[in-house]
Amino acid sequence: MNNLQLNKEGKLHHFITIEGLSKEILTEILDTAESFLGISEQPVKKVPLLRGKTIVNLFFENSTRTRTTFELAASRLSADVLSINIATSATSKGESLLDTIRNLEAMHVDMFVVRHAISGAGHFIAQNTAPHISVINAGDGQHAHPTQAMLDMFTIRQYKHDFKPLKVAIIGDILHSRVARSQIQALNTLGVKEIRVVAPKTLLPSHVEQLGVKVFNTMEEGLDDLDVIIMVRLQKERMTSALLPSEQEYFKCFGLTEERLKLAKPDAIVMHPGPINRGVEIASSIADGPQSVILQQVSNGIAVRMAIMTLTLQNKGDSV
Amino acid sequence: MDNNSLKISTLLAKLESELKQLISKRKLKNPLMIGIHNGGGWIAEKLHHRLALQEPVGIIDISFYRDNFSQTETFSQVKPNLLPQQMEGRDIILIDDVFYTGRTARSALNAIFDYGRPRQVILAVLIEQEGREVPLRPDCSGQTLLLANNERINLTGPEPLALDIQSPDKQLTAA
Repeated sequence: MNNLQLNKEGKLHHFITIEGLSKEILTEILDTAESFLGISEQPVKKVPLLRGKTIVNLFFENSTRTRTTFELAASRLSADVLSINIATSATSKGESLLDTIRNLEAMHVDMFVVRHAISGAGHFIAQNTAPHISVINAGDGQHAHPTQAMLDMFTIRQYKHDFKPLKVAIIGDILHSRVARSQIQALNTLGVKEIRVVAPKTLLPSHVEQLGVKVFNTMEEGLDDLDVIIMVRLQKERMTSALLPSEQEYFKCFGLTEERLKLAKPDAIVMHPGPINRGVEIASSIADGPQSVILQQVSNGIAVRMAIMTLTLQNKGDSV
Repeated sequence: MDNNSLKISTLLAKLESELKQLISKRKLKNPLMIGIHNGGGWIAEKLHHRLALQEPVGIIDISFYRDNFSQTETFSQVKPNLLPQQMEGRDIILIDDVFYTGRTARSALNAIFDYGRPRQVILAVLIEQEGREVPLRPDCSGQTLLLANNERINLTGPEPLALDIQSPDKQLTAA
């Protein structure tokens, strides 16, 4: 099923999920992003690589950081970028997703960047769109958020250089986190030594250990000797039943505090895909502290998205 | 063709003397030398030293400015441009190792003009190989060559700099 992302030559044409992508493809994305990193630091933050291409951001779900960095990434590659506000679009007048796609195709666009509350939305669009159009998943339901996972991998490589010896933990609301799922797949493919998930039992998907992770239910055990700490947000908006007593109680047991951070290696980095809930999953002093690379993740997000846009648009799709 | 005609030190000496004349004829003020990554960068370092220019050599990588996006193999080794903040109104000496079709020079000019409007740009290359595809040509060159269709010039470096002419049946090397 994931071969949908690759064309006949095995090159990346859509970017929907990390699942099924080889270590070589992930490394090519990271290496290409490395090249793009410099552009954002130049006085002229633009290259003409995607001049003449039209990229449509289709965000059926709210997002500030992801949408903005996709817009900036497209602009810095000289593509024309259009962000459609679904709330005021024809979709709210009853137009189906496929009809929206057909209409945009008729406007000769080259790429859809899709965020949707339903898992599989990106996959569905990739399956049903014209062969010359690339689809990038910018988050679908609880399924995947592969560009976020790649910018996290890029940030880890930037600070730690080699994936092989690393112990990495993802901490927090794993159950609702599409980011965590994509991160686990990417970390496994890139071959880190150990992946842990740390969360209360109510916030872990069932059979999570089958994803190739070690499960911990206390911070004290889970943080020991870590190189990389990835905090994920408590997704209150997706919680439909009483999974937690209270936010205060959650912070008391699973919040990242100064004290707990000392359990990890002294040079451990602290990451968070944002938006952060200060005092819920992470103490302010850590989010703003010397081990935090949270804002670096945001900067890297532009370069990584530039790389993914370039690679997918470079590789033509197959006619179906 | 004989080996001696491709001796790098001879080519550099000729380029140096031509550039000196051109700098004075065109009245270049505090010229900024820019090498095109990577061969052009190596040649620029040599000429910069010979001409005793003040400002450090600038480097541009034109990979993002090429005209064959869909045929480019990879963008994973592109280097950031190293250019001074102020490019507006400057006199620029653009350096490359080989001028062949002219497409690289076209890309380099586009990249430079993105940084501001230079007062003038001159183009100097170690070797001008016949085969232009766009209406551009270098202002000075160490040597002009007419090669067979299957022959390619290849510069290796930075130390030592060496030029190869590669063809299926023979290989000429010069250092």
